[in-house]
Amino acid sequence: MWNSPAEFFAMGGYALYVWSSFGISAFVLILEPLLVRSRFKAIVRRLKQEQLAERFDKEIGK
Amino acid sequence: MSQVNNFSNHRLVNWFKLSSPSTFYPVAGKLIPFFWVLTLAFGLAGLWVSFFVAPVDAVQGQGYRIIFIHVPASWMSMFIYLVMAAWAGLGLIFNTRLSAMMAQALAPIGAWMAFLSLWTGAFWGKPMWGAWWVWDARLTSELILLFLYLGFIALRASIDDPRRADKASAILALVGVVNVPIIYFSVKWWNTLHQGASVSLTKAPAMAQTMLWGMLLMALCLWMYSMAVTLMRVRAIILEREAHTDWVRQLNEVKN
Repeated sequence: MWNSPAEFFAMGGYALYVWSSFGISAFVLILEPLLVRSRFKAIVRRLKQEQLAERFDKEIGK
Repeated sequence: MSQVNNFSNHRLVNWFKLSSPSTFYPVAGKLIPFFWVLTLAFGLAGLWVSFFVAPVDAVQGQGYRIIFIHVPASWMSMFIYLVMAAWAGLGLIFNTRLSAMMAQALAPIGAWMAFLSLWTGAFWGKPMWGAWWVWDARLTSELILLFLYLGFIALRASIDDPRRADKASAILALVGVVNVPIIYFSVKWWNTLHQGASVSLTKAPAMAQTMLWGMLLMALCLWMYSMAVTLMRVRAIILEREAHTDWVRQLNEVKN
């Protein structure tokens, strides 16, 4: 169907529309799990710090 | 008498047990890689069919290939809304925390799907209709769906007590369900610019078999993707909302 890579990227003259659609979709779909992962890491870090703070509290209180 | 009250013990999976955040959390963690593998497999197959197998369209040339992301994203935006409203409704009826957390976790990915549906639609409308946007029935109702997702997220964020936020946002989600059939049937009810349904449950599809396969594979990819991202997000939400509990303190990833 495609005779050369250039023809593939030209998309029969619709390059702007096809690649904007797929490009933004790929960008959003890759960004989303990265944001979720950083949210997960943030809450795990907070919980760890809380436990650490409690342990110090106990040790100092002795 | 012995038959009473033991019906759930003979099941392979005890679904009632899974409805608690503490038991669901590790299960969700194990399922996530499985869904990512499926996402990748369906995605590669779908993109290959979309760009290298499906023939060029007689009328729209190569520009029609936007369909392979546009239609699956639109399907998922409607489907995720129904699933989100179902979880929200279950949370209202049974007062289970996990149901509300699932609804909360589904809203952002549903909003992204609605956004992608509108975005890819605009980039399809411009070359084919000559306009990025028209106040067509389907476009307008899909825009309202995006606003419903954003309203759901904003309403949750504006209420400090999470249990009250669960209830208020659940009602909003349930009321909004009325919009989903409006989107779906809009091309039938109002004769406007947007073309009719590409795939129908009652008729043979009006397109080449390979085009249909491309759309189905991409839809499966986005479906598995949504499951993976939702499970990731619900795990973060569970930790945030159950931070005070003993079982969270005992988790390996939290212990120092």
